[in-house]
Amino acid sequence: MPAISLRLNGKSVKAEIEARTLLVELLRERLGLTGTHVGCDTSQCGACTVHVDGRSVKSCTMLAVEADGREVTTIEGLAKNGELHPMQAAFHEHHGLQCGFCTPGMVMSAVDLVARNPRATEQEIRTWLEGNLCRCTGYHNIVKAVQSVAKAGGR
Amino acid sequence: MANDGIGASVKRKEDRRFLTGSGTYTDDITRPGQTWAVFVRSPHAHARIKAVKTDAARQAPGVVAILTGADLAADKVGILPAGWLIHSKDGSPMVEPGHPALVADKVRHVGDQVAVVIAETRDQAREAAALVEVDYQELPAVVTTPEAVKAGAPLVHDQAKANTCYDWHLGDKAATDAAFAKAHKVVKLDLVNNRLIPNAIEPRSAIGEFDRITGELTLYTTSQNPHLIRLLLAAFTLGVPEHKLRVVAPDVGGGFGSKIFHYAEDFVVLWAARKVGRPVKWTATRSEAFVSDAHGRDHVTHCELALDEGGRFLGLRVSTLANMGAYLSQFAPSVPTYLYATLLAGCYTTPAIYAEVRAVFTNTVPVDAYRGAGRPEASFVLERLVDIAAREMKLDRAEIRRRNFIPKDKFPYQTPVALQYDSGDYGATLDAALTKADWAGFEKRRAEAKARGKLRGIGISTYVEACGIAPSAVVGSLGARVGLWESAHVRVHPTGTVTVFTGAHSHGQSHETTFAQVVADRLGISTDQVEVVHGDTAKSAFAMGTYGSRSLAVGGSAIVQALDKIIAKGKKIAAHLLEAAEGDIEFEGGKFKVKGTDRAKAFGEVVLAAYIPHNYPAGLEPGLEEGAVYDPKNFTFPAGCHVCEVEIDPETGVTRVVGFTAVDDVGTVINPMVVEGQVHGGVTQGIGQALLEGALYDDKGQLLSGSFLGYTMPRASDLPSYAVGTHATACTHNPLGVKGVGEVGAIGSPPAVINAVCDAIGVRHIDMPATPERVWRAIRDASKA
Repeated sequence: MPAISLRLNGKSVKAEIEARTLLVELLRERLGLTGTHVGCDTSQCGACTVHVDGRSVKSCTMLAVEADGREVTTIEGLAKNGELHPMQAAFHEHHGLQCGFCTPGMVMSAVDLVARNPRATEQEIRTWLEGNLCRCTGYHNIVKAVQSVAKAGGR
Repeated sequence: MANDGIGASVKRKEDRRFLTGSGTYTDDITRPGQTWAVFVRSPHAHARIKAVKTDAARQAPGVVAILTGADLAADKVGILPAGWLIHSKDGSPMVEPGHPALVADKVRHVGDQVAVVIAETRDQAREAAALVEVDYQELPAVVTTPEAVKAGAPLVHDQAKANTCYDWHLGDKAATDAAFAKAHKVVKLDLVNNRLIPNAIEPRSAIGEFDRITGELTLYTTSQNPHLIRLLLAAFTLGVPEHKLRVVAPDVGGGFGSKIFHYAEDFVVLWAARKVGRPVKWTATRSEAFVSDAHGRDHVTHCELALDEGGRFLGLRVSTLANMGAYLSQFAPSVPTYLYATLLAGCYTTPAIYAEVRAVFTNTVPVDAYRGAGRPEASFVLERLVDIAAREMKLDRAEIRRRNFIPKDKFPYQTPVALQYDSGDYGATLDAALTKADWAGFEKRRAEAKARGKLRGIGISTYVEACGIAPSAVVGSLGARVGLWESAHVRVHPTGTVTVFTGAHSHGQSHETTFAQVVADRLGISTDQVEVVHGDTAKSAFAMGTYGSRSLAVGGSAIVQALDKIIAKGKKIAAHLLEAAEGDIEFEGGKFKVKGTDRAKAFGEVVLAAYIPHNYPAGLEPGLEEGAVYDPKNFTFPAGCHVCEVEIDPETGVTRVVGFTAVDDVGTVINPMVVEGQVHGGVTQGIGQALLEGALYDDKGQLLSGSFLGYTMPRASDLPSYAVGTHATACTHNPLGVKGVGEVGAIGSPPAVINAVCDAIGVRHIDMPATPERVWRAIRDASKA
C-alpha cells in the first residue's frame, strides 16, 4: 500500500492507504475529519470542497495519493485559536446556512473565491458557486455573506 | 436582558458547530465493530425474480452476511405500512399492497431492494454486491398515470385493477354542475404537475445496533421524526418492544419531506444488526438516493373554472390522476386528497367546487410528501386557471383576484371543500407585493427589454395553504392512522437555565434558536440560557415530528403550554415567598410581582426555592419541570402573494428570473431572519420546479434524470436575489398566533413563475419545467399560429 505524508490543517500526517482511496475517504474515514461532507457521486454538489495548497478542490475527485507532500486545509482547520475565519463569521451573520450540510464546502469554496478575487461582484460570486449545491437557502444569504467579505476587501 | 425574544432576528445558536465542521450527521458516526451494508437494487422497472444467487458473493473478501427477500419473508417482518387510509367514492377502502423492505417475488421499480450485503468495509460490501446474481424475467412496465389506467395496461399489483389505488372525490358535484350551467365563461385547462426529486444535500443514512445482553436496539437515522420511525418499527416492521428501541436522528442535512418516511433501509440495518450481532451502517450514494428517496408531485390534471360576466368565480371542477409510484409510501394517500383538494378554494369565494382524484400505481419510485405536499399542486391549478381567465376576459390579473378574494372581515370562513380558514388578509399581501415588485412600472421594463431583443414577463400568484397539521380527531375521521399532536418538556434547572425537550426535529429550520426565543420571551431570560434538545427518543417524550410546517404551530404551542404550567407553579411559590394571595401574583418581565405593589421575586429566586424548598408552600411538589401535549384546534392557513419577473431570450428559449418578490402572511413572526431564509429556500425549490427540475423516466421505467448531471438542481447562477417580506394576521387558535413558514415559498412560487413565462411569450399555458426547449418551441408555435 502506498504511504503518503501531507500537511493537514497545519500538522504533519502520515498514512498508508489503498491506492484507490479518495482524498475525502482519507479525511472522513481514516482521519475522522467528518466536517468534509459527501453529497453526491458525480462531483456536482461541492459539499466535499477542501483546500489543497490553498486552492479549492472537490476532495471526492482527487486521490489521496495525489495529496502526498501537499498542504491540505479542511473546514476544521479554518478557525484559528477558536476565532471564526471572516467567511465563517459572515455566514453566521447573514444566515448563510440552514441544515449545515453543504456549509463546509460552501465556505471553503467561498474563501478561495475571495482569495482569488477580493472584490468579487454578486454575479461573479453566483457564477463561482455554481459548483456548490445548497437545497436550503436559495443561495440568497450565502451570496450576501460572501459579498460582505468581498466588500471588506477579502480575508 | 438582550432583546432576543419573539420578533428579534437572533443569530442562530446552531451555526457554530456547522461552520466549524463539528456537526454530527448520521454518516459521521462510526460505531465500534461496525459493518457496512450495500443494497442490491433492481435495474428493471418491472420484473419477476426467478432466482437470487449469492454463492459467489458469499465467498468475496470481508462478507459477513447476505440477506434476501426470502429471509425477510421467512422472518415474517419488514412490510412497510401506509399511515393514511383513503376510501373511494363507492366507500371501498384503498387498495393497499404490501411494501416489503426486501422483495422476493417481483420488483416494481428501478431501485427496488432485492438483497443486502453486509461486509467489513463499504468497499467490500460494494464489491460483493456486484457478485450477487439475480435472474429477472422482465415484464412490461407502466410509467405514466394516463397509460396506467388504460385497459390492458400491465398491472403493478395484481389486486389493483386498472392500477388504481383509490378513486376519491370531494365537494358537491350537483352544485358545481349547476354553477357551470349558468356560467358566462368557462376556462378549461389540462396541466401536468411535474414529478420532483427532493434531493436534500445530505443523502439518507442509517446505523442499526443491537445489544445482545440487554436486548436493546438503537437506530441512528436521517429522519425528520424519530418517534414515528420508532413506533412503526416497533408496531409494524420489526415487531420489537418500543421501550427496547431507541431512534436517534442527530444533525440531519435537510429533509423537505423526503426524510419523514419509514424507509426499507431503516428497518434492514436493525434487522441485520440483530442477525449479525454487530452494528450495521448504510449510507446512500446520490445515485441510490435518486431511485430510493420518495419523489414528489406527479399529477396529471384537467380543470375548469366557471365565471360570471364580472369575472367572479362560480364553480371549479378538477379531475386529477395522482402517481403513487410502485408502493404506498406512508403519507402518500393523504397528499393528493386532504392536502390538495381541500385547498382548491384558495383565497377565493368560489361557492361550488368538485374534485375527483384517482391515485394510480406505476413502475416508478414511490411518491410522497415533498415541500408543500399537495398545496403546490392546488395553487398551480388555481393560479393558472385564474390567469387564463383574466387573459381571456381581458381583466387585470390583480383585479380578477381582488374581486374574488375572501374579504378580510369574513373570517372565520368556511370553504366548500371542508376547511375553515381562521384568519387572513389577502388584499393586503397582494397590495404589498405589487408595490414591492413595482408592478405598476412593469410595462416600461418590458419595453426596455424588447429594445434589447428580450421578452420580459411578469406573473403573480396569490395562494393560501394549510399547515400546522393537525387536530387528531379531525384527521382521524379523514383516515389518518396516527394522532397529530406534539409534545414538549420544559426543565428549569436550579440555577434558572432551561432545557426544552421537543418532539419536533430541526434539519435546517433553526428550532434551537427560535424555540429558545419563545422560551426566553415567556420567561424573561436570554436565549443563551435555553437549550433545545430534539432528535432522540431516549431524551424527548413521544411526539409526531416535523413536516407540514407544523413545528412551531404545534410543537411551539406545546412548549408554550408547558411554560404556562411553569409560570403557574412559579406563582404559587412566589405567593408563598411574598406572603400574598396566589391570585394577586402576576408574571412579567421575568419577575413574579404582587399586583399594584413593587414587591416581587425574580424568576431565578423562585426557581431556586423550588429546588431548595426550605421555605415552601405546603403540599406543593418541589422542582420545576413541566410537560405538555398540544393537539391543535384547526389547521393554520398561511397565505400570500408572489410576484415573478422573467426575461426570455427568444433565440434560445432560456428564461432568467430577474426579479422575485414574496409577501407572505405566516402569522406572528418569531425570528424575521429565519422566516426570510425559509422563504428564500422554498421559493428556490419552486423556481426549480417551474424552470429546471423534473424526474424523467423513459417508457421502460428507467430514470433518465438519475444524478445531478441529469436532474437540474437550482444553482446560485440560475437565480437572482429575492425581495421578501411579511404581513401578519395572527392565527386565532394557537397561543403564539403562528401559522408556519416552511412551505409557503414552494407553494406560491411555481404559478408566479409560469404566469410570468406565459406573459412574456404570449401563450396560454406551458408545462413545468419550462425548459429552454419547451419555451423555444412555444415561441415558435405561437409565431406560426
